[in-house]
Amino acid sequence: MNAALLIDSSYFIAAFLFIYGLKRMSSPLTARSGIVVAGIGMVLAVLASFLYTLDVNDAAKPHLSTNLTLALIALALGLGWAWRSGKKVAMTEMPQMVALYNGMGGGAAAAIAAIELIGYKTHGTVSLSLAVLGGLIGAVALSGSLIAWAKLDGRINKTLRFGALQLVNGSLLLVLLAIGVYIIWHGGMVSWPVFAAFFALALIYGVMMTMPIGGADMPVVISLYNAFTGLAVGFEGYVLNNPALMIAGMVVGSAGSLLTLLMAKAMNRSVANVLFSNFGELSDEAQGDMAGSQKPIDASDAGINMRYAGKVIIAPGYGLAVAQAQHKLYELVKLLQDAGVEVKFAIHPVAGRMPGHMNVLLAEAGVPYDIIFDMEDINGEFKEADVAIVIGANDTVNPAARTNKSSPIYGMPVLNVDMAKQVYVVKRGQGKGYSGVENALFYADNTQMVYGDAQKVMVSMIQAIKSLGGGH
Amino acid sequence: MDYTTTILTGFVALYIFMLAAFTGFEIIGRVPAILHTPLMSGSNFIHGIVVVGALWALLNASSLPEQIIGFVGVLLGAGNAAGGYVVTERMLQMFKPSSKTNKE
Repeated sequence: MNAALLIDSSYFIAAFLFIYGLKRMSSPLTARSGIVVAGIGMVLAVLASFLYTLDVNDAAKPHLSTNLTLALIALALGLGWAWRSGKKVAMTEMPQMVALYNGMGGGAAAAIAAIELIGYKTHGTVSLSLAVLGGLIGAVALSGSLIAWAKLDGRINKTLRFGALQLVNGSLLLVLLAIGVYIIWHGGMVSWPVFAAFFALALIYGVMMTMPIGGADMPVVISLYNAFTGLAVGFEGYVLNNPALMIAGMVVGSAGSLLTLLMAKAMNRSVANVLFSNFGELSDEAQGDMAGSQKPIDASDAGINMRYAGKVIIAPGYGLAVAQAQHKLYELVKLLQDAGVEVKFAIHPVAGRMPGHMNVLLAEAGVPYDIIFDMEDINGEFKEADVAIVIGANDTVNPAARTNKSSPIYGMPVLNVDMAKQVYVVKRGQGKGYSGVENALFYADNTQMVYGDAQKVMVSMIQAIKSLGGGH
Repeated sequence: MDYTTTILTGFVALYIFMLAAFTGFEIIGRVPAILHTPLMSGSNFIHGIVVVGALWALLNASSLPEQIIGFVGVLLGAGNAAGGYVVTERMLQMFKPSSKTNKE
């Protein structure tokens, strides 16, 4: 049997399984099987790749047993480490984990480019250009994702910003492109310090590009780097004449780009604005004072009022997950449902630390996905709701985004919780949101504040409703 | 049997890139926001296929620097693929409709 034929057919099947798997992942009913299907494709492709050992370059033949051993060790280490860390990671920390795995993929693409370049294995302008470009994008995705991971994981709290930063970054990018053109111009026949400088600068550029971006914008950035890695993988696929890499890389490149645009749109920002503006540095004076005052209410009173409501809509935010209150919240929801209250969840597109992150966190608590609604599907229902309860969310429910033209978040789509007859806001204290913007909702006439840790508040509400005795 | 790998250059490669890009666009375009996080993680897993390219590069390495970089490449690629799979699977298995959860 011809090894090349076996490899090529495995890649063909793998490419099919990837696309079919992604397609199945696009509906909650079939999503689980989708990742399994794609996983089978991956295993198949990796196994088939060992057939490469039958047909390596003449120069590599004497090293084959060493290389094969190295490959097996690297596979085992990478797989073992990632498998364990992936099993262990908490759902709240999912965004930074995705960033980390994504950075690794970018690094692998950059490594392929590096080997191709320093070994002078790539010829022809197109191949060489794609190798260089893929290496650049991959290296940026690697170091950028690492910074994103460190920021979301709380390992870096500083946001590096200085006036000339964009100028420095712009110059750095120009230098990178110049070196890239220089390499291509010389047909790849340049000495290794040039390659070393190229990759080192690309890594530095990834760091410099990510450091000024605030934590709230990080999901968009992670998604962008995901698309970057996809592109880099696709380009290196061309260099290696590997259709599986080309197809999978490009599918992810375009899917990731679209996802990035959708996310940025949900925050009413352009991707360029996320990357190059210094959002999140607001002065308090600019916002003026809020009219009215914040009116507190006891958790138990709020709980009992919800028990006698006809319809309750819950708007959860990341604060809910930080307090680990999802399970208690679902217990409360079930109590309300048993009492005949109609309960729905309203999810803002950027609730949590990543679009859809809140859905994952609620799913983890066992909340069925058919009572969870996207913003555009439920925004019209708030005016029919007796109670809207906001838990650990802030900017995503700020009506100023709709009404106050001078607000920094004006124009951002928000959940219209203020239109409910009664609004409860569960909040730790009288602080501001992630973006530092004052929230007009907290001062509204129909809003009452329930101060306290979300989990403790949930427990008080549950106890209050239970103490009413058998409602059914 | 005579079979040799087709070299995918020029317009053939361009067609592949174009069609793959449209495929990615179409698949994501109709996904509900509820699945955005698992899908980002799922597509993250799919570019873990880069491990295959890294394997090829390592197996064809003929100098120490190439072997070192290749080793790192395979290590990172394997981490990308395995990690992406595990977290995506973990997230997706949690999504359940009402009927299923009520039986508990």
